[in-house]
Amino acid sequence: MIVLLVLGLPLALGLLLLLLYIAIAFARMGFIGVMQWRDLFSLDRWQEVFSTIGRNKLRTALTAISIAWGIFVLVFLLGLGRGLSNGVEKSFARDATNGVWMSAGKTSEPYGGFDIGRRIMFDNRDYDRAKKVDGVEHMAAQHWIRGQRWGGFMTRRNGKANAFAINAVHADANFLAKHDIVQGRFLSAGDILEKRKSAVIGNMVREFLFAPGEDPVGEWILVAGVPFEVVGVFSDPQGSEQERQVYVPVTTAQLAFSGGDKIGTIQLTVGDASASQTEAIIDQIRGQLSERHGFSPTDKMAVRVQNNVEVSARFRSLFWMISTFVVVIGLGTLAAGVVGVSNIMMIAVKERTKEIGVRKALGATPRSIIFMIIQEAVFLTGVAGTLGLAGGVLALQLVERWVESDFIVNPRIDIGTGVSATIFLVLAGALAGYFPARAAAKVNPIHALRDQ
Amino acid sequence: MLRLTKVNKYYRVGTHSLHVLRDIDFEVEDGEFVAIMGSSGSGKSTLLNILGILDDYDSGEYRLGDTIIRDLSESRAAHFRNRLIGFVFQSFNLLPFKTALENVALPLYYQGVARRKRNQIAMGFLERVGLRDWADHTPSEMSGGQKQRVAIARALIGKPRLILADEPTGALDSETSAQIMELMSEINRSGITVLIVTHDPEVAARCQRTIRLKDGKVMSPEAAAAAAAAASHPGMRAAT
Repeated sequence: MIVLLVLGLPLALGLLLLLLYIAIAFARMGFIGVMQWRDLFSLDRWQEVFSTIGRNKLRTALTAISIAWGIFVLVFLLGLGRGLSNGVEKSFARDATNGVWMSAGKTSEPYGGFDIGRRIMFDNRDYDRAKKVDGVEHMAAQHWIRGQRWGGFMTRRNGKANAFAINAVHADANFLAKHDIVQGRFLSAGDILEKRKSAVIGNMVREFLFAPGEDPVGEWILVAGVPFEVVGVFSDPQGSEQERQVYVPVTTAQLAFSGGDKIGTIQLTVGDASASQTEAIIDQIRGQLSERHGFSPTDKMAVRVQNNVEVSARFRSLFWMISTFVVVIGLGTLAAGVVGVSNIMMIAVKERTKEIGVRKALGATPRSIIFMIIQEAVFLTGVAGTLGLAGGVLALQLVERWVESDFIVNPRIDIGTGVSATIFLVLAGALAGYFPARAAAKVNPIHALRDQ
Repeated sequence: MLRLTKVNKYYRVGTHSLHVLRDIDFEVEDGEFVAIMGSSGSGKSTLLNILGILDDYDSGEYRLGDTIIRDLSESRAAHFRNRLIGFVFQSFNLLPFKTALENVALPLYYQGVARRKRNQIAMGFLERVGLRDWADHTPSEMSGGQKQRVAIARALIGKPRLILADEPTGALDSETSAQIMELMSEINRSGITVLIVTHDPEVAARCQRTIRLKDGKVMSPEAAAAAAAAASHPGMRAAT
C-alpha cells in the first residue's frame, strides 16, 4: 500500500501537471485563435499557408502519410475488431446468454447399487420442484417425443408434407430460444394448462406449408398425424435452420404422443446471476434430480448441462481481450503519428527561425506567427487525418464486401469514434505546432537573422 | 527623429552581467544620413536591436518620433516596426520561396492591404530600384546587388520614416556596394532618415555623420576623429 502510494502519487501528480500544462497551452491557443480569428477567413492567409505547405513537398507528404496512416490503422483495426466480435458472437453465443439446459442422460458412475449406463428420464414433478429453486427466472421443460429422428416428424397440410423438428415445451421456452414472433403469438400458459392443440411454426415451415400471402394463424396442420392449430409464426436472426421448427405445448404432446409425464430437458434462465451463482442453481437442481432418480450427484453424464452463462463469460473475456488488443495497438499507432507530427513540426519551425525573424522585423506580431504555424499544422493534420479516416472506412467496406468469413461480420466503426480520433490527432497537431511556434515567435529577430 | 538619453543595456550571463551599452547619448535629426561604426563587440548590434525595437534596454530613454519606446507590448512593437521602420540586412533576408514582388509586398500583408493592391504598390517600388523585370524571379535567381535592392524596396514599401541598415554592403563587391550606397543616399534625399551600421570606412564616408562606438560607449568627437584618421591612413593602424 505504502509502496503503491510512494510510486503512484508522484506519477499521478506528474500526469496532472502535464494535463494542466496542455490545458493551459490549449487555453492560450484558444485566446490566440479568438484574437486572430479573421485569419481563418482570410484568403490571403490561406494562400500564405498553402505556399509554405507546398514549399517542402517531400516533408509535407511524409507528415501527411504518417498521420493518414495512423488514423487508417486505428479505424481499420477498430472496425476489424468489431467485425471479429460480431462474428464470434453470431457463431457461438446462440440463444439466451443467461440460459441453462439440463438434459437427461445415462449414468457414468455406479450409485445406490445400480451399475453404470442406466438411462435417466425426468418427469413433470422434477420440473415443478426445480421451478421453486431460488434464482430461477424462467423455466420450461421439453418433452422428448418418441420416435423423433432424422429432422423430426412429418408435418402436413393440403397434401404437402415435410419433416420438421417438433419441440414440446412450456410457454417460457421462448425466453431461451429467443425467436422473433412475426405473426400471432408464442405458446401461452393457457395452452399448457388446457392442453390445447396450438402450434407455433418457424418461417421456413410457413413458407413450405402455406402459399405466399396466406395467413397461417388459425389454420390447421397435421403434426405426426395429430391436428394442431397454428397460433403464431416466428423468425430467427440466426438463420433458416432455426426456422425449421414447430413448437407445441408440452402437456398436449405428452398426451397426444403417449409420453406420460416424461421430460427430457429442463431449460431455465437465471436473470443476471453470476457464473458461480448459476453453478449453485445448477447444483441444487442436479441434487434434486439425483435424489429422485438415484444417481450420483457428481455424475456429469446422468445430467448433461449446457451453461450459457459460463460460455458467454468466456466469450466476453475473449471480446475484452480482442478489443483491448485493438485499442492498445490503435492508440500506439496514434501516438506514433502524434510523435511524428510533433517531430516534423519541430524541425519545420526550427528551419524557419530565420523566416520568422524576417516576418517579425517586417511587422508580424508573435500572435500572428504562432497562429500561422498552428493553422498550417491543423490544416495538414486535418486533411491527412480525414483522408486516413476515409481510407479506413473504405477498406472496411471492401473487407465487408469481399472477405467471406463467418468470423468477420459487419466490420464497421461508429463514425463518432473515427471523427474523435481525427479531432484528437488534429488537436495533437495543433499542440505540436504551438510549442515550437511559441519558442520561435519569442526569438530575437536580429539573432534569427544573423543566423546564416 | 530619434533621441537616446543615457541608455544602458546589460546581458546577464550566468551570475554576472555584461554591461554592453554604457550611457549611450545621441540624437538623430529628421532626414539625417548617419553611420554607426565600431569594431565587433563594441555594442553596435545591440544598439541596432534597440533602435529597431527588437530588444529592450535597462535604463535611460529612447524616444522615436514622439513616442518613448519602453516596455511596449509585442504587438505595439510590431506595429511600430511595421509603420515607422524599414530594415535592410547584410544577408538580405528575403524569403527564398517568394518572388521578388511578394517579398517586397510582405510588410503590406501585415498592414492588411489586399493582395492586388499591395502587389501593385510593390511593383512601383521594384521599378524605383530598377528591378521591374525581375518581379517574378525568386531570390536564388538574382545577384547579391539585386537582392539587396529588393530588400531596400521591401524596407521602403511601408513608407517608414527611418531606415535601419545592418552592414548593407557587407556581402557585396565594392562596385555593387557603391551602387547600393547611391540608392541609400537617394532614399535619404527623399526625406527618410537613414542609419547604417557598418565597419567599412568608405560606407561611413558617404554618410553625413558618423557615430563611433567603443566598448559600449559613444566615442568623444576628438577620439572619433583620431580613429577616423587612423582608419584612413593604414600606416598608423599599427601605432594605435
